[in-house]
Amino acid sequence: MPTGVPIEFAHLTKSFGNVDAVSDLSVVIEPGQVTGFLGPNGAGKTTSLRMLLGLVRPSSGTATFGGTPYGRLASPLRTVGASLEAASFHPGRSARNHLAVYAQAAGLPKTAPDAALEKVGLSAYAKRRVGGYSLGMRQRLGLAFALLGDPSVLVLDEPINGLDPEGIKWIRLLLRAMAAEGRTVLISSHLLSEVQQTVDDVIIISHGKLVHRGELSSLDVSDSKQVQVNADDRDRLAEVIRQAGYQVSNLRSGVLVENAEAAEIGRLAFAAGIPLTGLSQKRTGLEESFLTLVGEEGSL
Amino acid sequence: MSFFAAVHSEITKLLSTRLWWVLALIMVGYVALCAGGLGAIFGGVGSSNNGPPIPEAQLPQLIYSFATSVGYVFPVLLGALAVTSEFRFQSLTPTFLATPRRGIVLGAKVLTLLLAGAVFGVIALIASIGAGASVLSAFGIDPLLGDAETWAFVGRSVLAMALWSAIGVGLGALVPSQIAAIVIVLAFTQFVEPLLRAAASFTDWSAQLGQFLPGSASDALVGASVYTMLSPSSVSLDWWQGGLVLAGIAAVATVIGYFTSWRRDVS
Repeated sequence: MPTGVPIEFAHLTKSFGNVDAVSDLSVVIEPGQVTGFLGPNGAGKTTSLRMLLGLVRPSSGTATFGGTPYGRLASPLRTVGASLEAASFHPGRSARNHLAVYAQAAGLPKTAPDAALEKVGLSAYAKRRVGGYSLGMRQRLGLAFALLGDPSVLVLDEPINGLDPEGIKWIRLLLRAMAAEGRTVLISSHLLSEVQQTVDDVIIISHGKLVHRGELSSLDVSDSKQVQVNADDRDRLAEVIRQAGYQVSNLRSGVLVENAEAAEIGRLAFAAGIPLTGLSQKRTGLEESFLTLVGEEGSL
Repeated sequence: MSFFAAVHSEITKLLSTRLWWVLALIMVGYVALCAGGLGAIFGGVGSSNNGPPIPEAQLPQLIYSFATSVGYVFPVLLGALAVTSEFRFQSLTPTFLATPRRGIVLGAKVLTLLLAGAVFGVIALIASIGAGASVLSAFGIDPLLGDAETWAFVGRSVLAMALWSAIGVGLGALVPSQIAAIVIVLAFTQFVEPLLRAAASFTDWSAQLGQFLPGSASDALVGASVYTMLSPSSVSLDWWQGGLVLAGIAAVATVIGYFTSWRRDVS
C-alpha cells in the first residue's frame, strides 16, 4: 500500500515578464484527504501544478513532494500520478500503446497499461486509436495515465471537466477511495460546485495569490442561512412564520425564510398545526464566499 | 537504467503510429522507380554504344545509390516528425512526467532514430538494388552483387541514412513547428541544396565550400551519386569526412535545439 507524501509549495513564484502568474504561494497538502485547488480560469492553478511537476521552471520558490522536487524522484510515475489536460496524446496511437510508451519509459510492469485501462473502464476501447475518443473517454485516458504507476500522490487538473453525470459520480468515488487509502489527492477546478461533494479541504487562489486555505466547511461563513418551506396552505404558513419574527418572501414553489434553521421552522409549523409538503435548508454560503474570495472573475 | 527504458519507450512511440511504414512505403516506390528507370536508360544507352561513357564497373553503384541520393529525405522527415509531433500533440507533458531528465529523452530519441534511419537505409537499398540489379541484368550488365566494393558501399549507405535521420531529430528540436519543419526539409532537400551544389561548382573556392553541404557530404560518404556523376570534376570529401560532416550537423542542431526548445517550459 502506497503511503501518501505531502505536497509542499514554498514561496512559489512564476513571472511572465511583468506579470506574476503565481506569486509567493506557500501551502502544504496533506495525505489522506482530497484537496480542491480552486480559482477562476487564469488564476495560476495550472501554472502552479506544472511547476510542481517539473514542467515549468519557477522564477523562485520550490514545489516538492515531501521535500523532493519532481525531477529528483527516484521513480516519478510510481510516486506521483498526474493528468494535466485531456489532449496530450498522439491521435494515431491506441490507448494501450499510449500508456505502454510511458510505462516502458518509467520501467513499470508490462501489465500496467491494461490494469490502468481496467480501472478507468476503457478496456473495451484499448486498441482503438485515441483520435476517435470522446472528451469523456479522453478524460478517463488521462486518469489512466495518472494511475499507471499506482502512485501515492494524485495531481489532477480539472479532472471533472467533460465527464457525464455518471462519470462524475464514478470519479468522485474513486478519488474518495484513493484518499481513504492514505494517498494524497489534489484536484483543481474553476467551479466550487463541481468538486464540493468530493473535497475535504480547499485551497483557493486568485490572481496567482493564495486567498483561502482550510476545510470546506470553513468557507460557509455567510450569515444568510435560508430555509425553503412549503405547505398546501401557503398563505397561512407565511403568516405564522412572519409572526414569529422572520423575514419571509414568496417563491413559486414555496416560501423562503431568511436567517433561519430548518428545524426551527419545522417546529413552528408543527405547533401551528400546518402539515408541511417541503422543508429544506438553503446553503448558498459556500458558493457565495467562494465568489467573494476570488473577486469579479468568479463568475467565469 | 532510465536511458534504455527511454529508448524502449521511443521505439514503441515510433512503431505505434502509421507514420514509419507510410514513409517507408513511399520511399520504396520512389527509390525503386528511380533505380529501375535510370537503370533501364543507362543500360540501354550503354548497350547501344552512343551515350556518355559511364564505365560498366561504376554503373551498378550509381544506380543503387538512388537509395540515398533520392531516398535520404525520408529518414530526415521521420526524425523531424518524431520530434515535432511531441510538440504538436503536447505529448511532451507525459513524456517528461515519465522521464523528467529531458536530456535523456532527447538522447534516447537520437539513438532510436539512428537505428530507424539504418533500417530505412536497408529498406531503401533493398528497393534500389532489387529494381536496379534486375534491370541491369536484363541488359546483360553485371550487377556486381558479389563484389566486396558493392557491399562496402551498402554499409556506407546505411550509415548515411542513419545520420540523416539524426539530422531530422536535430532539425525537429531546432524548429518545433511541424509544418515549418516539413517545409524546410522539402524545400532544402528538393530545391535549395541542389541549386547551391550546382552554383558552388562554378568556381574553385565555392566548390571547396560546396563539398560541406549536407547532400555533398552524404554523397561523399556513400561514394556514388547521380549528382557527382553529372559533374565529375567537382571536389569531394573522403567518405569518412562526409560521415563526420553529417554527424556534426546532427550533433550541432540537436544541441542547439536542446537549449532553445527542448528545455523550455512545457505549458
